[in-house]
Amino acid sequence: MGDERDGFDRRLREARAKQGLDKPAGTAGGGLPTGPWGIGFRAGVEVVSALVVGIVIGLMLDRWLGTWPWLFLLFFVAGSAAGILNVYRLFSPRRVRPK
Amino acid sequence: MAAEGKAIDALSQFELVPVLGAVGRSVGFSQANAHMLLAVGLITGLMIWGMSRRAVVPGRLQALAETAYEFVHELVVGQVGDEGKRFFPFVFSLFMFILLGNLLGLLPYAFTFTSHIAVTFALAALVIVVVTIVALAIHGTHFFSYFFPEGAPKLLAPLIIPIEIISYLSRPVSLSVRLFANMVAGHVMLKVFATFVVMIGSAAGVLGLIGAVLPLAVNVALVGFELLVAFLQAYVFAILTSIYLHDAVHLH
Repeated sequence: MGDERDGFDRRLREARAKQGLDKPAGTAGGGLPTGPWGIGFRAGVEVVSALVVGIVIGLMLDRWLGTWPWLFLLFFVAGSAAGILNVYRLFSPRRVRPK
Repeated sequence: MAAEGKAIDALSQFELVPVLGAVGRSVGFSQANAHMLLAVGLITGLMIWGMSRRAVVPGRLQALAETAYEFVHELVVGQVGDEGKRFFPFVFSLFMFILLGNLLGLLPYAFTFTSHIAVTFALAALVIVVVTIVALAIHGTHFFSYFFPEGAPKLLAPLIIPIEIISYLSRPVSLSVRLFANMVAGHVMLKVFATFVVMIGSAAGVLGLIGAVLPLAVNVALVGFELLVAFLQAYVFAILTSIYLHDAVHLH
């Protein structure tokens, strides 16, 4: 495929984009499925996984440093914040690629 | 089987059983491993055998191999950019392995190795390790600025950095849980409705047989739905890997 660089691919793509056959690149979002259930499930998984990671880090640090339950509480809060951040990232449009 | 004792036994299908007799037992070679080997073998076979003729007008196998190749190639290049070509083999292997795992699991008597969190988390951990190594290799220590957005007040650093690190570490968890949960949920539903078919069908004569058609119809629809999910989850895994690779390559 390497020697098809004479611009044919590019012209084909432009022609297809003009005919509306291809979605223009960059507006595809994450390219991820966007059904209400899909989005809901994704958001839930993002929150829970961040929370779980926060709790695990907190528990491990507590066990290591013997500070139960303070770091657990701290990282519980941090985990929730990270979960919310994840969901925020999920819904904020992705940055356009710097070319 | 599952209907015996009037209890729905939907989870025993995920149990690991050693195969290959005594040899398998001694090395812990379960049916999950067997199916993984089968999936790898099928992928390798498809790519090697399918492309062996290199026909200009592809036959069925070659068309399948080319479609898979181009689908993933477009996905990676579309998400990561031209630099993404380097990561194509990685994403392609992941995509095909998960896709084959999901699809093989839908065959009767087959086992779905992607329904085990150990497998999906291993794959997701591999992804995150690769992504981190790529980011470190490309950006060096500049990579750590990923955890602290530019322009944020320095005073907030103790707050932002742990949260960003947790958010980063939650990626493999969400990646693996998504795939695992989808596969488990789908197969539990299939098993539950299949159990209904047996339970109702063996209940009360002709009426039971008529009633059993209903869950059977649901199951037929579910198998179709599971085919979609099998493909979709492999796609989601691959595209999220590409998105993470994009973040690693471009770093904000």
